[in-house]
Amino acid sequence: MGERLVIIGAGMASGRMLEHLIEAAPGCYDITIFNGEPRGNYNRIMLSPVLSGEKAFEDIVTHDAGWYAANGIACRFGEHVTKIDRDRKMVVSAKGETPYDRLVIATGSAPFIIPVAGKDLSGVVSYRDLEDTNAMIAAARPGANAVVIGGGLLGLEAAAGMALRGAKVTVIHLMGHLMERQLDPAAGYLLQKDLEKKGITVHCKGATKAILGHDRVEAVLLEDGTVYPADLVCMAVGIRPETRLATDAHLEVARGIVVDDQLRTSDPSVFAIGECVEHEKQLFGLVAPLYDQAKILARTLTGEAATFQPVQTATKLKVTGVDLFSAGDFAEGPGREDIVFRDPGRGVYKRLILEGEKLIGAVMYGDTADGSWFFGLIKDGTDVTAMRDTLIFGPAFAGGSSADPMAAVAALPPEAEICGCNGVCKGRIIEAIGGGANTLDLVRAETKASSSCGTCTGLVEQVMALTLGGGFQANANPPMCKCTDHTHEDVRRLIKSLGLKSIPAVMQELGWKSVGGCASCRPALNYYLLSDWPMDYRDDRQSRFVNERNHANIQKDGTYSVVPRMWGGVTTPAELRAIADAADKYSVPMVKVTGGQRIDLLGVRKENLPAIWADLNDAGMVSGHAYAKGLRTVKTCVGSEFCRFGTQDSTGLGIRLEKLLWGSWTPAKVKLAVSGCPRNCAEATCKDIGVVCVDSGYQISVAGAAGMDVKETELLCTVATEEEVLEIVAAFVQLYRENARYLHRIYKWVAKVGLDWCKAEVVEDRANRRALHDRFMLSQSVYQSDPWAAEPPVRKDWSPIYDLSREAAE
Amino acid sequence: MNMASETWIDIGPLADIPREGGRVVRTAAGCVAVFRTATDEVFAMDDRCPHKGGPLSEGIVHGRQVTCPLHNWVFDMTTGMAQGADKGHVTTFTARLDGGRVLLNAGELLGRAPATAP
Repeated sequence: MGERLVIIGAGMASGRMLEHLIEAAPGCYDITIFNGEPRGNYNRIMLSPVLSGEKAFEDIVTHDAGWYAANGIACRFGEHVTKIDRDRKMVVSAKGETPYDRLVIATGSAPFIIPVAGKDLSGVVSYRDLEDTNAMIAAARPGANAVVIGGGLLGLEAAAGMALRGAKVTVIHLMGHLMERQLDPAAGYLLQKDLEKKGITVHCKGATKAILGHDRVEAVLLEDGTVYPADLVCMAVGIRPETRLATDAHLEVARGIVVDDQLRTSDPSVFAIGECVEHEKQLFGLVAPLYDQAKILARTLTGEAATFQPVQTATKLKVTGVDLFSAGDFAEGPGREDIVFRDPGRGVYKRLILEGEKLIGAVMYGDTADGSWFFGLIKDGTDVTAMRDTLIFGPAFAGGSSADPMAAVAALPPEAEICGCNGVCKGRIIEAIGGGANTLDLVRAETKASSSCGTCTGLVEQVMALTLGGGFQANANPPMCKCTDHTHEDVRRLIKSLGLKSIPAVMQELGWKSVGGCASCRPALNYYLLSDWPMDYRDDRQSRFVNERNHANIQKDGTYSVVPRMWGGVTTPAELRAIADAADKYSVPMVKVTGGQRIDLLGVRKENLPAIWADLNDAGMVSGHAYAKGLRTVKTCVGSEFCRFGTQDSTGLGIRLEKLLWGSWTPAKVKLAVSGCPRNCAEATCKDIGVVCVDSGYQISVAGAAGMDVKETELLCTVATEEEVLEIVAAFVQLYRENARYLHRIYKWVAKVGLDWCKAEVVEDRANRRALHDRFMLSQSVYQSDPWAAEPPVRKDWSPIYDLSREAAE
Repeated sequence: MNMASETWIDIGPLADIPREGGRVVRTAAGCVAVFRTATDEVFAMDDRCPHKGGPLSEGIVHGRQVTCPLHNWVFDMTTGMAQGADKGHVTTFTARLDGGRVLLNAGELLGRAPATAP
């Protein structure tokens, strides 16, 4: 049996300390851990993504029950320690006394509650733990009013999270600009502007006078008389070390529990760690120094000599779409000089603060790529005289090399810090890669870099790319295109969560790196926007690929093919005559029957497209969308109407499906087929969606392919009536429209999300099926129209703007 | 030739070319694509991708670049140079705006050799 180690508080500092301790000396102590919260350790700084809905709580748990059990740690979660009896070396809690040989106090901090009337009303929360987060999630319904008191790091993350959930959020801040401890007024202004663009109201120089309400909070009253209605108030004005147990035990306490370089309190058997401590008159609120403390205390407890030396920390805000960085000292003063760079168009602001020949502070907003480099210069006290002229342009310029995005990272020295949360430097990452860690996950496991808040993931990947060269595959899910670092999935999510409703808005807010995008991202963004905002977004024709712009399929010689729609593959003598007439009139070089049961007129010149379509429209035909990322064809067999084996009216159902789905835009083309019996003459089981009729009803199967890949469909469900087929197919197509990546066919998308998930969304959850169906129909109310009939083309627009050949001849 | 190079042809109003789009001018030596950028700059170049002859006028216009609709080659409209890994060049012509009208340099257009058949 080892010595008895008791820990009060299961937070990030003590969690990390335990990891180090168990790694260095497993079984050395008999460990008991108390925690006021009824759970173990989780990554508290990731509560913001939980609040905004970008992560689930399970994603941020760092030590689950299994971990504590596996390491033989006795857990006393949900049990408050009420007293430390130092004379008898006992910890007193609700369930009795627990003896210790060594004690670690890791009680963290408590939110500071401003003493105003109404502070105890129901609906007033702080922002410290999961309970607070859940209270905010519950209150942040779309349209609800939330007031955040405090415009610092924590308050703004709370505000942004609730705003993402749809609440109307107001931030009240006592000082003249937001985050005044980390930002100067100019950067604070840009931040305020960006938050206001997200729909958050910011009230600076606002002193709270009272929180109003009867049973629960109703409004917040400011000293200047302003009243903001509030269904919830989040008080995030600051934190103070939680020192009550230590004070009662007569340990030395100033603002925090006073510790020496070994994290020892005034009692040699009692240690303290985390936000509750005070070391050389300094308090600690960011995670990096806490992890340093954890390392030192673990060594101290195993009898190793170690000294805690707090290092400077840099700040980043975890609000999606807001890019800010601050480090060092940025107050103005005698002997200090500023170098400032502004680009109002891009909302970029950079300010460097120099004292003598050294850089002592940096504030950056909008473009923070060089933050780590500047932070390194500050920490190392580098003499910057020689590079002063170009310093503000960052390492790429200082090194004289071109503006390679990797240059900033390549220029970093090995000791430059990459992961601020875990204090991991570039050299440590390179070392891990050298040791065989060739994926991001392995580097994370090995070094902990990018495993906490995750904002340095891009940097870590750049270090990996530099070290591994061609051997590095950035990640399984690369960015959309070279214009952005976001993946398709990120962009889709952010379009919805940030309410972005135009291509310029997406490019601005998500930091597109090119002017006007490229031929890869523009059509994708146009699709995502029209699919997500059918009522608000206006289709951008110039972001369409040529076929969707000219409503015809371009051929290798620049001519087009014309395919009129034949519902379910059924036509009439009159339609055939009209097609034959058009082929004659416009000298169509080839008339061909397609695999989707249509007739294709190939070799039509662009200037003839409006005329040929006018003729076909007059004969009652509409575009077959044979060129579209949209519904192409529904192929059918003759079914019970004529076939002696047919079990249902497959032709009639195919026509109904085509009339339901035509005109809808989808991530990639969508082809259907309906077969009247399992002999499957319509080849339904290699389509995106296939229906096979049987005696008892209809088998709906999805995710087939018969192109570069060949794949049989998988059964989604079997239903009894045509009405159910129509509802389920529309709902399934809408699920695909809302979730898939642009250009991914249904089979690729299903392989990614899983057929089970599709079944849960479309088959099992009837209310959800109905909602998907209704959203599909809403979109169809806008987009189901024949492109030629909807906006009759100005024929001259389809011809050359000017004919110089004739003029020259004359 | 000097005389001709100062003759400008008014091919039409800027409004007839969509923003981030193109139109063609037909000439005896093949079509010329005339582009209008998002910021209302105009550029002109051969309407023929050096790769497989694709009509550049039908490409997606982004910044001062256009992507060929057939196989996604990208060209800089100011220089006519293919971008990225692709190697090739498209002849460019001087285009300018005057009071909302798009003007092309007649000398450049008429002075070029007829296009050879693909």
